[in-house]
Amino acid sequence: MTQPVANCPNCGAKIVFRWSSSVQTVCEYCKSILVRTDVDLKKVGQVADLPPDASPIQLSTEGIYGNKAFVVVGRIVYEYDQGAWNEWHLMMNDGASAWLSDAQEEYAVSFSAKAPNLPPAAKVEVGELFSWNGQRYTVSVITPAHYRGVEGELPFQYWDKTDVTFVDLRNEMGKFATLDYSDPEPALYLGEFVEFDDLKLKNLRSFEGW
Amino acid sequence: MSAGTPPLSGVPPKPQVKALNCPQCGAAIILRSFGQAETVVCESCRSILDAKDPKLAILQQFEKLTSDVHPLIPLGTRGKLRGTDYEVIGFQRRHATVEGISYPWHEYVLFNPYKGFRYLSEYNGHWNDISVCKQLPTDDHGSANYLGETYRHFQTSDADTDFVLGEFSWQVRVGERAVVTDYVHPPRVLSCELLDKEVTWSAGEYMYGREIWDAFKLPGGPPEAQGVYENQPSPVKTNVTAIWVVFAAFAIVLLGLMMSFDMLAKKEQVFQQSFSWHRDDRGEPSFVTNGFDLGGRTSTVQIRTNAPVDNHWIYLNYALINDDTGQAWDFGREVSYYHGYDSDGSWSDGGLNDTVVIPSVPSGHYFLRIEPEMDPTLSSIPYTVSVTRDVPVFGIYGIAFAVLLLPPLLISWRAYTFERSRWSESDHPPMQLSSGSSEDDD
Repeated sequence: MTQPVANCPNCGAKIVFRWSSSVQTVCEYCKSILVRTDVDLKKVGQVADLPPDASPIQLSTEGIYGNKAFVVVGRIVYEYDQGAWNEWHLMMNDGASAWLSDAQEEYAVSFSAKAPNLPPAAKVEVGELFSWNGQRYTVSVITPAHYRGVEGELPFQYWDKTDVTFVDLRNEMGKFATLDYSDPEPALYLGEFVEFDDLKLKNLRSFEGW
Repeated sequence: MSAGTPPLSGVPPKPQVKALNCPQCGAAIILRSFGQAETVVCESCRSILDAKDPKLAILQQFEKLTSDVHPLIPLGTRGKLRGTDYEVIGFQRRHATVEGISYPWHEYVLFNPYKGFRYLSEYNGHWNDISVCKQLPTDDHGSANYLGETYRHFQTSDADTDFVLGEFSWQVRVGERAVVTDYVHPPRVLSCELLDKEVTWSAGEYMYGREIWDAFKLPGGPPEAQGVYENQPSPVKTNVTAIWVVFAAFAIVLLGLMMSFDMLAKKEQVFQQSFSWHRDDRGEPSFVTNGFDLGGRTSTVQIRTNAPVDNHWIYLNYALINDDTGQAWDFGREVSYYHGYDSDGSWSDGGLNDTVVIPSVPSGHYFLRIEPEMDPTLSSIPYTVSVTRDVPVFGIYGIAFAVLLLPPLLISWRAYTFERSRWSESDHPPMQLSSGSSEDDD
C-alpha cells in the first residue's frame, strides 16, 4: 500500500496517508485540516476538540466486512437533537472507500452509489418509497444534523459545513440507504445494517471497568 | 497496518465512568454509559437531568411516589445475557390503561460499551429481552412481518411512564404517553411505539425469571409468573399438528390391522335355523337346537338373532353348550324395535337384529339351548338364530383407537386452553369471552 508522506504546513509534523486516494486529512498534532493539492498540503481549517464520545471504534480499528479486511482511516462527527454519531471512513483492502456509521452502537456499512434524479431534501417525506439498485427503500427518518468535526483521512474535502440534512432509508431486508445533503448535489450511500460481532473488530478502544 | 503509522498522540483518553453531582440536590450521579445516555435521573431527588450536558441541566422533576418502586435488578448490576456482559443502567415503570384498568410493568435499560443498549421488561413475573429492530418490520393491519416471521396483532394501548431511575438512551420524561402496539409470535414479540410521531420498533424474546436471576446472579428467587403472558411460549412443547400426524399414522396402522384380521377371519357359518313362537304353546318354554360342529382352532363365535319385531321386544336366554365336555356359555339377548312420531318428528329405537360374540370357544360339537320370553302383546312371532365361527372382533380396535386418541386430545386441549388464556388478555379475545365489547382494532 502506498503511503505518501508529507509534512504539515502548519506545524511540520509528518503526515502519512494510509489511503492513497485521501483528499483530506487532519494533522494529529495540531489538528489542522489539510487538503491535498497537486503539489503539497494546504491548511484549510482547524478542528476544534471533538466532543468526548463513547464509540468503541477509533482510527486504526481494523475489521472485516464481506470477506474484505478494512481499516478505519477517518471520521466525520455529526450532532443532532438526540446526540451525536460517527461516520467512520473505512479503507477496504481492495482500495475501495466505505463508511461505517455508528449511532449509539447501531452499525451500518455503506458505499457511495450513483443514481439519477435524486430528490431534493425538501421533497422527501417519511414513509416515501425509493428504488435503487433493484432494492426498495422506505424513508424512515429525516435528520437535520450539525457538522461537529473531522478526524483522519477522508475521500473528499469536508470541513466548512454547518447544518446538513440526512435522509435515512431502510427496508425489511436490513438494507440501508442515506441521502446526504452536505453539498448542493445530493449524495447517495447504499449499504446494510451490521452486527458488531460480525465486523470482527480489532484495536478497539478500551473502557474503564470493561 | 505498516510500521510507518505514527503514534496517535491525539487519541482521546480512555472513557471512564463519570461521577457528577445533581445540580438540584447535590447528590452523586454516576454515569455508567460513557456519555451514550440521553438522560439520567437523580436517585435522591428524582430530577431528570440532561446526561449530554456537562452541567446536567434539569429537564424535569417528578413527584416522588407515595410508595417508591424498587427495581428487581439494582442499577449497576452486571450480568451475562446471551453471551454478552450488560450492566443495568436505567429503570422505568410504565403502565397501560385498558378499559379503565391500569396494568403496570417495568423496563430495565442495559448497556455494554461495545454492543450498546438492550432492554428487559418485566410484567407480573414475565420477562422479555428486547432490542431495537435493525430491520424494518412491515405492518399489515392485524399482523406484522419481521425477519420472515408473521406476528399477530395482540394489543394496542396507551403506555404512560410514571417512574424513572438511572440512565436512558432516549429523552425520557415522566407522564409521557406513547401508543404501543404489540404483535406476537411466541416466544417473540414485536412492539411498535409511537411517540410524538416518531415510530420505534423493537423485538423481544420471552425469558423466564429464573434465567434473569441466573444471568445477573441475583439473590433469592424471581417473582412467580402470574397468568399467561402475550408471548409466553406454550407449555405444550410438542407441535400439536405433528402429534396429530403421528396419531393419524397409528390410526392407519390400526385400520390396516383391522382389515387384515377381517380378511384372515374365516367367518364360517355353522348353524342357522328359524323358529316360531306361539303364546298358546303349552309345555316347557326352553328347547335345544340341533347340534353343530365348531372346527379349527379356538376362535370367536357369533350368535345372531333376527326377529320381525315391530314395537315389540323378544328376549332369548341362550346357552351355548359343548356336547362333549358339558361346558356352557350362558347369555341373554334382546331384539326390540320401537318407532313412532312425537313433537320432534319420527323416532325409532332398536332394530330387528342382535349379534353377540363369545370369545375363545374351543372346537367341538355344540348345541344351543334357547328359552324365549316375549312381549305380552305378542301372540306369535318367528325368529332366526345363526351361529358363525371365527368372526373378527373390532371392539379391541375401538379401545386401542380411544387410547391412541387420548394424548393428542389432551395435548390439543392444553394448547387450546393456554392460547385461550393468552388471547383473552388481547384486543382479540376468544369469542365466548368478548362480553359485548365488539370493537375491532382499527
